[in-house]
Order: sequence, then C-alpha cells, then structure tokens
Amino acid sequence: MNFYAVKAIYKFEMARTWRTLMQSIASPVLSTSLYFIVFGTAIGSRMQSINGVDYGAFIIPGLVMLTLLTQSLSNASFGIYFPRFSGTIFEVLSAPVSYVEILLGYVGAAASKSVMVGMLILVTARCFVDYEIQHPVWMFAFLVFTSVTFSLFGFIIGIWADSFEKLQLIPMMVITPLAFLGGSFYSIDMLPPFWQTVTLFNPVVYLISGFRWSFFGVADVNVALSLGMTVLFLVLCIVGVAWIFKTGYRLKD
Amino acid sequence: MQPIISVQNVSKIYKGGFQALKHVDLEIKKGEIFALLGPNGAGKTTLISIICGIVNLSEGTVNAAGFDIVKDYRAARGAIGLVPQELSTDAFESVWNTVTFSRGLFGKPRNDAYIEKVLRDLSLWEKRHTSIRELSGGMKRRVLIAKALSHEPQILFLDEPTAGVDVELRRDMWAMVRELRRKGVTIILTTHYIEEAEEMADRIGIISKGEIILVDDKSALMEKLGQKQLAIQLQHPLTEIPANLSQYALTISEDNVTLVYTFDTQNEETGVAEILRKLNENGIEFKDLHSSQSSLEDIFVSLVHGND
Ligand SMILES: Nc1ncnc2c1ncn2[C@@H]1O[C@H](COP(=O)(O)OP(=O)(O)OP(=O)(O)O)[C@@H](O)[C@H]1O
Ligand SMILES: [Mg+2]
Repeated sequence: MNFYAVKAIYKFEMARTWRTLMQSIASPVLSTSLYFIVFGTAIGSRMQSINGVDYGAFIIPGLVMLTLLTQSLSNASFGIYFPRFSGTIFEVLSAPVSYVEILLGYVGAAASKSVMVGMLILVTARCFVDYEIQHPVWMFAFLVFTSVTFSLFGFIIGIWADSFEKLQLIPMMVITPLAFLGGSFYSIDMLPPFWQTVTLFNPVVYLISGFRWSFFGVADVNVALSLGMTVLFLVLCIVGVAWIFKTGYRLKD
Repeated sequence: MQPIISVQNVSKIYKGGFQALKHVDLEIKKGEIFALLGPNGAGKTTLISIICGIVNLSEGTVNAAGFDIVKDYRAARGAIGLVPQELSTDAFESVWNTVTFSRGLFGKPRNDAYIEKVLRDLSLWEKRHTSIRELSGGMKRRVLIAKALSHEPQILFLDEPTAGVDVELRRDMWAMVRELRRKGVTIILTTHYIEEAEEMADRIGIISKGEIILVDDKSALMEKLGQKQLAIQLQHPLTEIPANLSQYALTISEDNVTLVYTFDTQNEETGVAEILRKLNENGIEFKDLHSSQSSLEDIFVSLVHGND
C-alpha cells in the first residue's frame, strides 16, 4: 500500500477546500441557514408537528441530506474532472499507485469534506431550532455512508463527464429533484397513496428516512430497509468504479 | 549489460482504429542519454506514454528497471520520472506544494532538503511560494522537471523539454541533463532540434509513422556523416574524369559542369590540394569551390522521406 500517495492526494484535495473556503464550506452553511429561517422559523411556526416532531426540527435531517448529496457529488466529481480537464491527471496515471489508493485519496477527501459540512450544518441548525439526536452513532454512520456513497457516485460522474456542462447535469437534473421529492421537507405519508408508491422508487427517500430515524426515532420506511438500500447504493457505486478502473474508461487511451 | 528499458514488439492502436505504433522494438542502456527523433505524429509521445503507464499498449511487452510495466507496475513506475510535452500543471498550488505532492504520489517519504536542492538547481527556489499560474512558460516547464525529479527516479523521460525555451535556459537544461547522467540517471529525450541530439545524445533513434527506422550510436552516425563534399565548378563541361585523377572519389554532375569530391574529414590527407594541382596539370579550369558537410538533419530527412 502506497500510503504516501494516499496522503498526498488527500492533502492536495483538502488544500483545495481550504483555499476555496467560502465556496466549499461557507456557502452550503449559508444556504441551509436560509432554509431554516424560511421553512423552519417563518413557515414552520404555522405548521403542525409531523409524527410528533416539530416542523422546524423535522426538516433538519432532510436539509443535511440534501446538502450532503449535492456537496459529495460536486466535490468528488470536480476533484477528478479537473485534473482530466487540465491534463495533470497524467501524473497520477504514471505514479506507482493502485486504483484503490487513488480512490482513497480522492473519494476520502470529498467524503471528509461532506461530513464536515454536514456536522457544521447540524451545529448551525442548533442556533435556529431545538433538537435532540436519539441515535448519534447511527446518525454518524448514515452521514458517513451517504457521503462516501455519493462521493463515489460523484467520482463516476467526474470520469464520465467530458465537459463542465455534463459535470453539472446529473447533480442538477437528477439529484436535486430526487432530494427535494425524497421527503426533505415532508413526510411521504402526507402524499396521496399513488404518489407514495411512486416515491418508493426514489432512492433518496430511504436515505432521508433512515437519517431522520436516527434523530427522532420515527421513519417513513423501515430502518433496516433504509440501511439496506444505503449499502446497496454503496455497493453499486463500488461496482461502477471498479468497472471504470478495470477498463480504463475515459482515463487511459 | 541488461538494458534498463526494453520494449518488445509494442503496437498501439488507438480507439477509432489509428495505429500509432507498429511492432516497436527498442532497448535503452543504463546510464545513457538516448534521443528519440521523428516528425510530428511519428509516435514518440505515444511510446513514452506507454512506458510510463499513461496509455495502454495493444500488443507487446515493456520492461523498465527490470520490471514488467503491467505486472510489476509499482516497481517499474517508481523508477521513472516523466516531463510531459504539454505544459499541464496545477494552477493555484504553490511550486513547493506541487513538487512535494509529486514526491508523495510516488511513494517517497518527505525530504525537504532534497526538494530544496532540486528547486535550487532549477532556479525555482525564490519562487517556491508562488502559485504556478503566475509563472512564465519556461518556469512552468522547470516546475514539471522538478516534479519529475522529486522522487529521485533512475530513468527520466523528457518529451520535447526545450520546445519554446530560450537559448539560455536550453543551455541550462543541457547542463542539468549531463549532471543527471553523471549521477547515473538514464535519460530519454525527444526533440525536434537535431543539434540538440547531436550535442547531448549517446545514442539516437529515429521513429517515423510508428516504426523505429534506425537506432545507432551518435558517434557511429556522425562518422557516417563525417563525410565532406567538395564541389568544384568547372569553367567548361567535362565528360570524363582524367586518368591521373581516377584514384579519387570523384564524380561528375549530370550537367557535366561540376566535379564532386567526397572525402573523410578524419583523414590526415584529404587530397584536396593534390586534386586541385592535378586539375591544373590537365588544364581543367574551375571558377568556384564549395564544400559542405552532411548533418544529422540530412540523414534524418532522407531516412524519413525514404519511409514515405
Ligand atoms: N489519444 C489519441 N487518440 C487517437 N489518436 C491519437 C491519440 N494520441 C495520439 N494519437 C495519434 O497518434 C499519432 C502519434 O502521436 P504522438 O503524439 O505519439 O506523436 P509524436 O511523435 O509525439 O508527435 P509530436 O512531435 O507532434 O509530439 C498521431 O497521428 C496522433 O494523431
Ligand atoms: Mg509528442
């Protein structure tokens, strides 16, 4: 195992985070704060509690997930797309590193950053609403799992994309709608029965539901199912990445 | 002695079907400076990229530093440093960070003293905290060299290191390459400047259209090239070489007005004075003399065209 290489890539990627502190940390925190003010405090005060949870608190897990998904995708996809775009990827390809080490470096950094942002949002939320976390260990596990999974997914997008436009395409056109419709702001049993069934095809539902359970002990879908689905996505992404590395898809001519 | 790089029967067909390399065989000796020459699109960068692991080969095997580049890629790649043709550098990182990154990537523990030496040798020490986008093109090229040297490679590839580099920096680079060779580093460089190959290389390989068409010691090549030609412009056309001049390698041009004498510059006696005297004796008048030496460029051009 080339630990020096993993460390070098990880450090390099994290340095990018610190250099672009406003964009990478401050901006997600600011935008979530706005959601809290608008949905949590202003509108939420007129909303009924959902499953016994105050609306302001109810949206916290959803908002964290929303940010986690978009951040993981954009960090990881940009992290690998940019060296491909600028040509500096040659160095990584010519280095004595295995694909696992490349992944640990890039995906590890992207996921760490997401976890950091997620934690920061939780702290920020505390300034607006009172909440407690019933299962902190599970909460953290969901946080890390989701960050890793979506960072892997982002890595795949960053390798697939051959333009900046494509890089934005999936996060904007697929993930954001899925996250909004996945129950960030509502419980899915507030939907008509038909749409409840449709919603079950939305993978993000399972992530948000499981995550919310770790906070309040209530969930839209069974927790075991949530966990199972989260692990399934993780496995799917790993398979995707393994295929990319095996074939050299878009990395090597 | 076992070659430090051995390329056997390597072919490359890019997606889309273009064959960039055709059954290339090449051996690089340990400690030499090898110059790879060839016109644009000949396959120089492709060959280097394959050896360094950036491009997959379609056929054949490559060994570097005694290791198969596919099966033992870690050991093989760890021995190699590459300065690419394109100026692909990070933009926002500092010189210091980008060079230490490279060292880590190649699995070496931190060694600030060594990195400092590399940066000083390349006159980059003053710029170590500058972010790369603020550097000039020549400096960026040096940063790439520093990155390639950061992990103390045994083999260094320089893909057109002096393209777009001013005369002074080119001299500096040549000195640096010689210094590296003195320390035992094997250097493979590609260039379009024939005089660079003449100046630097121990051996020269010429590649054209994906095929290696010649590999030879530079001195052997130069010897072949060390021939000089003397063209004697005659006052009156001549159809036959006089008998007393037949011992010399003289030819008459097609229009019969030029006598061409080919001789070896290494010889003590070139025979030029003798010929001129005998021409006088035979009453052959001449109006002008012109001598020329064939250069590497000449064979290069003739070989590459011969390959058309
Ligand atoms: N990624 C690629 N896909 C398809 N064809 C390629 C690719 N890279 C190079 N080629 C083709 O392979 C041939 C050899 O290219 P290569 O870059 O190896 O040439 P070169 O000898 O380095 O030329 P130059 O002196 O211009 O740098 C060229 O015809 C080029 O168009
Ligand atoms: Mg080239």
